[in-house]
Amino acid sequence: MKMDKKTLNINPVNAFSSEAGTTNACKQCAPLGACAAFKGIEGTVPMLHGSQGCATYIRRYLISHFREPIDIASSNFSEETTIFGGNRNFNTGIDNIISQYHPKVIAIASTCLSETIGEDVQRLINEYREIHAGNKQLPEMIFASTPSYSGTHYEGFHEAVFATVKALAKGSEKTGEHINLFGNFISPEDIRHLKEIVADFGIDATLFPDYSDTLDGASWETYQRISEGGTSLEALQRCGSALLSIELGHILNSGNNRTIKRNTSTQSAGEYLQNKFNVVCKRMGLPLGIRETDKLFALLSEITHRPAPEKYRRQRGRLVDLYIDGHKYVSGKKAVIYGEEDLVVALATFASETGLKPVLCATGGESGRLRNTLKETLGEMYNDEIIVGQGMSFDQMESCIFQANLQPDLLLGNSKGYYIARKLDIPLVRTGFPIHDRIGAQHNRTLCYEGATILFETIVNTLLDYKQNKSPVGYKYM
Amino acid sequence: MTDNNIDNKTATTGLVAELQEFRDEVITRYPKKVAKKRAKAIVLSDPETPPEILANVRTIPGIITQRGCTYAGCKGVVLGPTRDIVNITHGPIGCGFYSWLTRRNQTKPVDENDSNFITYCFSTDMQDSNIVFGGEEKLKQAIREAYELFHPKAIAVFSTCPVGLIGDDVHRVSRQMKEEIGNGINIFGFSCEGYRGVSQSAGHHIANNGLFKNLIGRDDEVRGSLKYRVNLLGEYNIGGDAFELERVFEKCGIHLIATFSGNSNIQKFENAHTADLNMVMCHRSINYVAEMMETAFGIPWIKVQPIGARSTAKMLRKIAQYFGAKELADKVEEVIAEEMIPVEKAREEALKRTKGKLAMLFVGGSRAHHYQDLFEELGMATVAAGYEFGHRDDYEGRRVIPTIQIDADSRNIEEITVAQDATRYKPRKTEDELKALEAEGMEFNEYHGLMAQMEKGMLVIDDLSHYEMEKLIEKYHPDVFCAGIKEKFCVQKMGIPLKQLHNYDAGGPYAGFKGAINFYKDIEMMVGASIWKELKAPWESEDYIEATFVY
Repeated sequence: MKMDKKTLNINPVNAFSSEAGTTNACKQCAPLGACAAFKGIEGTVPMLHGSQGCATYIRRYLISHFREPIDIASSNFSEETTIFGGNRNFNTGIDNIISQYHPKVIAIASTCLSETIGEDVQRLINEYREIHAGNKQLPEMIFASTPSYSGTHYEGFHEAVFATVKALAKGSEKTGEHINLFGNFISPEDIRHLKEIVADFGIDATLFPDYSDTLDGASWETYQRISEGGTSLEALQRCGSALLSIELGHILNSGNNRTIKRNTSTQSAGEYLQNKFNVVCKRMGLPLGIRETDKLFALLSEITHRPAPEKYRRQRGRLVDLYIDGHKYVSGKKAVIYGEEDLVVALATFASETGLKPVLCATGGESGRLRNTLKETLGEMYNDEIIVGQGMSFDQMESCIFQANLQPDLLLGNSKGYYIARKLDIPLVRTGFPIHDRIGAQHNRTLCYEGATILFETIVNTLLDYKQNKSPVGYKYM
Repeated sequence: MTDNNIDNKTATTGLVAELQEFRDEVITRYPKKVAKKRAKAIVLSDPETPPEILANVRTIPGIITQRGCTYAGCKGVVLGPTRDIVNITHGPIGCGFYSWLTRRNQTKPVDENDSNFITYCFSTDMQDSNIVFGGEEKLKQAIREAYELFHPKAIAVFSTCPVGLIGDDVHRVSRQMKEEIGNGINIFGFSCEGYRGVSQSAGHHIANNGLFKNLIGRDDEVRGSLKYRVNLLGEYNIGGDAFELERVFEKCGIHLIATFSGNSNIQKFENAHTADLNMVMCHRSINYVAEMMETAFGIPWIKVQPIGARSTAKMLRKIAQYFGAKELADKVEEVIAEEMIPVEKAREEALKRTKGKLAMLFVGGSRAHHYQDLFEELGMATVAAGYEFGHRDDYEGRRVIPTIQIDADSRNIEEITVAQDATRYKPRKTEDELKALEAEGMEFNEYHGLMAQMEKGMLVIDDLSHYEMEKLIEKYHPDVFCAGIKEKFCVQKMGIPLKQLHNYDAGGPYAGFKGAINFYKDIEMMVGASIWKELKAPWESEDYIEATFVY
């Protein structure tokens, strides 16, 4: 565990150190993130190269959050496969996926098993293509290297985004009018909202990964092997000729640079396109709260040479109005914020601008960039008292809260913080991934002015509800 | 074969020929090689002479399966529910995280001093340096720290895929740490790497061996004053099932020594061999322990299925019959009579909506069988059923065990040889007593399997594939489909309610008498829910008539 202790001397006795194990981790494994991202490509069946348990566990975990069918195939390693290599299973797996699903894309992620035995999946793909060279109907095949012992699901997600763009993007002599929007690991509802915004600006944008329909669909008339929706292949191919890329999130998969396995430096999708095809990459944080959303709208205005549509000016106005109404109930309240690194930065920025005080910002990720990113994004709202925990588990968060006597009023993060909230008897406002003890995680809107409106209302009302329930006399007016 | 008077035949008349047709149709759609294999895994039931079914063989890569892995069966299923063992997953973070209380096992510490670690997820969280240089040191450190923090009586270590590959020896590490820590701590490892077996089932077997080697029989003290001492094997307290069964046993004056492993602790396992009867609920996951305990200690075992009120009553009567005490038999009858009053009331209420409806069950290694009892009580017919990870004996009955082929996957699992315990082997019943009980209709060491209960001609499918599920639903539109969360939303997208029988959709308990009432209500609600009628908007419906204005 790397925990900055600027002002407090914390000795987390009730926690494992990084030399030992992890108790109640605040992260999942990389192939899970890769599968989520792959669901954002149209007509895709993800396949995990490894033991069938990985596909089953990851399916059930993603499904319990999104509450949608999620098919993930597996190459079903047996003991024999681990000794002699997985090429036979790989080929059978691909054959069967093609015959059952007729997918446009088969997106493969590796697991700890296949990575440990040193399986060269790209070679397996090339060999498969050679064998079936005559077959014009062969689906695209994408490979993301996601050993579970390296990075978290967050790195896995962005490795898959990068791998997809790398496999599909094509350059062109002519730079197009369109832009790329790399949307990060956000809810289907937020994806829809971002798409609405760029459309309202009149921008021809490719949002990737777009699992807004594949992971949040309606009822079906007839059974669909592969859910409808996703970023189209054509859109991904033209990524290389875009006017520019907007990449939401500062940290992304950069944590992978810290692992020993990778001797080449990790790139994000935006960085890759910039290096390979000279597509300018504009990085910004997740547009959560007024400040960060303003930055996105400023950029969109700059690109289009037009002001933000009236609709959004009004949304912004209502949000400011709401902040004014509600800030007195949150001002000075202390929040513990946790989750994926870029989400933590975004939530901390949003919280700070509303008057909520982030006292602990924790993540299971280990990019080593969380504090600096927070510092840069928060600007003058940053203070050294914020405890920043990287590679932190829930167990470590808990001991940190007690030992530093943080006395938080609120937890802000995914469902897994529940035990801490229960122990402290404080409310937990659920956001991020996974949310499996509430319904509707797929509809959580947190981004841009409308998202902040919903999130702020939820937080204020949760605190009010808590106070009301704890009130000895009870009141019904405030 | 049911012993009650509920008539489901009407619902299934005429279906039999159709099901045969369906089977042939589905199989012909597969590529030749796959079709050959699936033809053996899709059979039509015959309770008198169950046909041979292909089960417990590797899933074909690329076919989306319901099955999990060996680790899931060992850590997730069998050892997960025990509250005072610190379970450390040795591997990268995913496996430990995904098995972190996701089966809704419940447990109730007896007092403040009782430990409960099942809300924790311990993992060595292996990083790439551990893969390259070995993870044993990290594991040792994790064990040391777990001990320092919690002072547990036992620590169990579970191997994930990469552990077997890099050659970390969890057994050696466990022995070393047991010695190093001392203080009577029990530390043991499991070689349950995910790739090892066909499914969870391999993990169950590995867990059973571990339970027997490391826990059962370490505490000989006979506790409690009740004469009728039993164990319940293969009940995992999902949604509080074990709590309900504990209540029923207590009410009858039956001493439940240990449940494997719902609401269990170490002491119960260590003391389990002082019971006089083992009852096997989930045959697939725990029959090995029952057999080993019989060989070593002389405790006979019977199969029970306390899912369904009548089946629970049947179990209680079996126990009374086994102990042969009038006092117990009278008490059991009294309890049954009392419990059945609210049960019957709830059942009659539910029957109005459930009678004649169709159910399909594709779940687990015994649930697809047990829940048929509850559906029978609801007047619903099970027209298709199958297991995720059952073996042939779970379908066809234990009589086929000698004929089951041993393949490479079963050879992967350590077979332990159990001998009679030199001092503690004590047959609970003499040969003559057992014979007399058998003459009265009691069956020991016997399980007839799922097909014995299903009506002739119904479909039985092992390791149901996604494709087959889709076809089943398209064709038969069952009123309720039972499976797990992975299937839930595919089925519901097609307009059919799905009941999760792994975690009960946050409901339960469903075992015992009160459980039956819960189940009746939940199924009644599901088959009668009006939301399914709203799937189509009025403008999509064919018979939608546009209103016209009449002067």
